[in-house]
Amino acid sequence: MVTQSPTLGGPTALAPRPVISPRRDAFRRLRRNRLALMGGVIVVILLVIAVFGPALAPWHYRVQDLEALRANGNRPLPPLSPGHLLGTDQLGRDLFSRLLDGAQISMSVAIVVQLVVLAIGVPIGAAAGWFGGRLDNYLMRFTDVVYAFPDLLFIILLSVVFQATPIGEAMDGLLLIFIAIGLTAWVTMARLVRGQVLSLKESEFVEAARAIGVSDRKIVTRHLLPNAIGPVIVAVTLGIPSAILAEATLSFIGIGIQSPRASWGSLIDDGSRWIQSEPHLVIFPSLALAIALASYTFLGDGLRDALDPKLRSRQ
Amino acid sequence: MLGYRAGRLDPMIDPRMDEAPLVEAEGLKVHFPIVSGILQRRTGSIRAVDGVTFAIARKETLGLVGESGCGKSTLGRALIRLRDATDGHVRFEGRELADLSGRELRRMRRRMQIIFQDPFGSLDPRMTVGAIVAEPIETHRLARGRAKEERVRELLTLVGLDPAFTSRYPHEFSGGQRQRIGVARALAVEPGFIVCDEPISALDISIQGQILNLLMDLRERLGLTYLFISHDLAAVRHISDRVGVMYLGRLVEIGPSSAAYTSPAHPYTRALLSAVPVPDPAVERRRRRVILVGDVPSPADPPPGCRFHTRCWLYERLGRPEDCRLVEPELRSVNGDHAAACHYAERAMHSDLGVVETALEAERP
Repeated sequence: MVTQSPTLGGPTALAPRPVISPRRDAFRRLRRNRLALMGGVIVVILLVIAVFGPALAPWHYRVQDLEALRANGNRPLPPLSPGHLLGTDQLGRDLFSRLLDGAQISMSVAIVVQLVVLAIGVPIGAAAGWFGGRLDNYLMRFTDVVYAFPDLLFIILLSVVFQATPIGEAMDGLLLIFIAIGLTAWVTMARLVRGQVLSLKESEFVEAARAIGVSDRKIVTRHLLPNAIGPVIVAVTLGIPSAILAEATLSFIGIGIQSPRASWGSLIDDGSRWIQSEPHLVIFPSLALAIALASYTFLGDGLRDALDPKLRSRQ
Repeated sequence: MLGYRAGRLDPMIDPRMDEAPLVEAEGLKVHFPIVSGILQRRTGSIRAVDGVTFAIARKETLGLVGESGCGKSTLGRALIRLRDATDGHVRFEGRELADLSGRELRRMRRRMQIIFQDPFGSLDPRMTVGAIVAEPIETHRLARGRAKEERVRELLTLVGLDPAFTSRYPHEFSGGQRQRIGVARALAVEPGFIVCDEPISALDISIQGQILNLLMDLRERLGLTYLFISHDLAAVRHISDRVGVMYLGRLVEIGPSSAAYTSPAHPYTRALLSAVPVPDPAVERRRRRVILVGDVPSPADPPPGCRFHTRCWLYERLGRPEDCRLVEPELRSVNGDHAAACHYAERAMHSDLGVVETALEAERP
């Protein structure tokens, strides 16, 4: 009565078709999403520009082409001037070269801020979710306090306090801005990771691992983190545009990047004084900012759709 | 046909019954705290398992039935210390599980395993089948390299899967196949005892039989001991030597399958049995059924006296005797190793309510 026929498992059901790992499946679906693909391509281009742009730029960002400026009657050169593709600012500095340099700043904001966010948010969220109880309560109330504090006020306070210190002067004043933005942005990541860990901790496959006798450390590294990574990647990608925007905002109001270096935000700020007569000084940096923000957002949205396990094709 | 299992456990034939049991629970309680408010103050507790005593002999299969939320799964998990007991004892091979250190417990995991209800949730979606089945082997350093891969293929074959599947991912399989992967993972450490936590209730009806047969086949081949948790009474009957019935965290009846199904001694068991549809319309029309009214009371605040009295048909029929409301009945023998926790178990046994045994017997080959 208990003989097991060889056909029971239906091994014939899935014969010769390629193995699809969750990662490859996600990648395949990302590639099918045109908008996300476009965003991804532009992000890659921006990163390349960030690394090599300043070296390839026709002018150094701080060099003034005073001759051309004088020839134009001491007014900023318009776009498509000889030697200056996008024209110059009122000091004769090449706008195109300054935009390329600004790309480096915006991309380093993107990366450094997210590193800070990951370094603080992931451990706090993971600890709160994994250990639970009182620790969870303390960590999450602390997170709530940080969340409730006005970001801009916090960043301004921080930059004022640390302005004269080595940290304040490092990277033309940028490092401080990066850290300040990171210190306000990690809360969302902490909450996300906590939620992920909480739900994964109760999942049956983690319980199965525990039943097998897998140590807590290995449960975290082998089961929890790999399964939590998808939403984290999405959050990081979607957090980048807000970090870029935060830096631009700060530079626009005059905190952060120190002259003569310029980020896209401070370029817009500088240009805004000439917006009536020389609109190109505002238009081009704004366009660069808008394209970067949109690309990261499209890529992030695409990643979210691709990594959502509910959408994962079962075929 | 009953003899298929019962014979082995006859103490006259099989002296193993005299040995110490493999798993024992004694006064086992598992309570979950209810916390509320921002101060996380404890305001009460869910008594998922509330004082359960029983034992499972080597190579025996104990079926465990009861409504949803009666504590079956929690009891199963507490037996292998996936949940810590609030009170009472669990002994495995005579060793008190609560006393084991973290490392000793992990080593003990080689001896006891679990098969889960949900074949979709119990496999890590980011691991290949090979990695899933190899994980216990690696954890306990049972084999490595070539030998490990060979062992994984052997296990997959054992559960009726194609050993070429090792590089595939769980999402590529059907529910029944995934359940087989879960079985292979549990068998990888060569355990003696497996808690089957509703292993077939999430599967298609046609697949249920396959998995049930697989479990029975493996039991024969590997000499396994099972705790088989289910609410499918027919399946439990099919696979179990003995059956335990749980209600609101308590064991209300336990005994050999034949006795528990033909002459149930607890009114609750009779009510459960009467809810099983009989595939014979003639019998179905003839038999008398009890319909349980109302919901299961909250396990945070179980009724005083007998926990079942709020829904008990026998209590009503006997004119609501006082002791049912005041005195909590202990599990007591009604006939040999057939025990029930009812003050009026003898009355319940002599009723013809709910028993469908003749019909169940008839459908068998």
